Amino acid sequence: MSSPVIELEDVMKIYPLPSGDVTALSGISLTINEGEFVAIMGPSGSGKSTLLNQIGCLDRPTSGNLFLAGKNTREMDDRELTSLRLSSIGYIFQKFNLIPLLSAYENVEYPYIMKHRKNDDTGRVRDLLAQVGIDEGLSAHKPSELSGGQQQRIAIARALVNDPAILLCDEPTGNLDSKTSLQIMEILEDLHRRGRTLIMVTHNPETADYADRTITIRDGRVA
Amino acid sequence: MIKKDIIFALSARSVRLHFLRSVLAALGIVIGVVAIASIGMMGANMTLSVTEELSDMANKLTITAYSGGGGGMMGGPGGGGGSSDDDNVLTEKQFKDIERIVAKYGTAYTVRSESDRIEVGSETGRATIYGLDPDIIREILTVEVGEYPKSTTSVVVGPTLAERLDLKVGSKIDIGDPDEGSTTTVRVVGILEERGMTMDLSTDMAIVGTDKLFTGIYGGEGEYDQVNVVVDDITNIDAVTAEIEDTLNKKEDEVTVQDSSRMTESITATVSTMTTFVMAIAGISLLVAAVSIFNVMMMSVNERVREIGILRSIGTQRPEILRMFIYEATIIGIVGAVIGAIASLIIGYVVVLGMVGTTEYFFAAGSLIYVPMAMVIGAAICIVTGVYPAWQASNLDPIGALRAE
Repeated sequence: MSSPVIELEDVMKIYPLPSGDVTALSGISLTINEGEFVAIMGPSGSGKSTLLNQIGCLDRPTSGNLFLAGKNTREMDDRELTSLRLSSIGYIFQKFNLIPLLSAYENVEYPYIMKHRKNDDTGRVRDLLAQVGIDEGLSAHKPSELSGGQQQRIAIARALVNDPAILLCDEPTGNLDSKTSLQIMEILEDLHRRGRTLIMVTHNPETADYADRTITIRDGRVA
Repeated sequence: MIKKDIIFALSARSVRLHFLRSVLAALGIVIGVVAIASIGMMGANMTLSVTEELSDMANKLTITAYSGGGGGMMGGPGGGGGSSDDDNVLTEKQFKDIERIVAKYGTAYTVRSESDRIEVGSETGRATIYGLDPDIIREILTVEVGEYPKSTTSVVVGPTLAERLDLKVGSKIDIGDPDEGSTTTVRVVGILEERGMTMDLSTDMAIVGTDKLFTGIYGGEGEYDQVNVVVDDITNIDAVTAEIEDTLNKKEDEVTVQDSSRMTESITATVSTMTTFVMAIAGISLLVAAVSIFNVMMMSVNERVREIGILRSIGTQRPEILRMFIYEATIIGIVGAVIGAIASLIIGYVVVLGMVGTTEYFFAAGSLIYVPMAMVIGAAICIVTGVYPAWQASNLDPIGALRAE
């Protein structure tokens, strides 16, 4: 029986605005087990991206608790949360979010250097790039010289380089054509098959079909 | 280590990506460093050259009649001897007193001087005319061309005056203003060696003749404008000064004794005050450079907000973001400072040559020290200026930064 890696206890997120407080998440409780592939669906503005940002430790809940691998993130300071993002969470964004000044190879190597304080001499970066279908010729290119599909493959390789427990995907195929989307989803499904925990925000039901479980969010609540 | 530092690589690439902007920002530092370093070097060279020239005279004293304070004591009781209507002269008695004191330490000699109109052929001008004992002329002055003056019609001239009026051995000079009386014609028998800036006798722009020639023209027997003392052992200089002052200024101030160290001190102090003041003005250019770098750094942060968001979201700590922007400012500062240092060596050399007239002391430590000093100031200003933008960048909220377009 697999153990829970993510636990949310009555998580609320309220954004204070001059025009009045906006409640993005109003008391979400859920548990995601190790090795699960969970899709989070819901209409625009329902709070699904906010939920993913909470799980990804990019943001802090206004109230409630978030446990990652049994640790309460509420008690962590910015430095600890940043370390957690570096080592335990891999993020795949809709807009790829590669660093424009670094080559494809360096983009993948960057989190490795941040964690290990040295360049990758194990060949892991090259292996990961090969796994996602980026050959050596392409790995020297800057992101701006590559297609959307290629950039997303690099982003996946980057997310995996520190072997994180959790992979968070925010509309990973949202900026890609259907053929490329299919290829990217196959890569993600393959990662899941190998035991990785995946949480994916999507509004595309076809993409959500790859997941074991779908959570629907509406008005900041689990529907 | 640096090679592996990906944060440094990001900073360097950002500088390279906005090359023109970075170069313009660095240019401000270059100008500031050049201004501070060359002005500093100019001041140092001036001081060094004056000090060096005056240190040759460390064993010399000049004594003149006391001119400060009371004033206007015409025919006062303490005036002594045959003091005429000219207030600021030393008397024969005073000279004898000085000579007696100095006898055990060195020699004393009298100097008469007057500034007068001179005429050489069709050219006219003004020059200082010195009247000295012929033996003293021989002892303390060096003739470069020709010989020493013997008669009351022969003189030697300083090299600057000779060059300016095209004087040669055998040239004739008319001394005196024909409108005010008769003129005296003298013949140049020698050209003196350059003496530079001195306290005892400034002969470079002067005519030097015997004391008989001088009194023949201007009168004033038994009156001297100045008494110069040469002390054989430099360690006695203070003792001689004290003894002369004690003896002659016992009742009231009769004479002023000056040694070169006082003059050096006062010139050095003046030059250094001026240099500091001008350097402070030059420092304003660094302030302008700082504003420009601040602007460039703020632009860089604003342009890279999204990139900062990405870096933070994938696990980059705040101090590393801070470091990234400090590096960027440091690169601009160091490049500017290094180019500024090279440029200030060239420009400083030209400025020193033009303003001081000699580059003899340019490579002295006291002069060159201004180059690293200006470099450090320039680079430090750059780094300090980068702190606020870097701090702002490191404190960006990752989510907000990621949403930026």
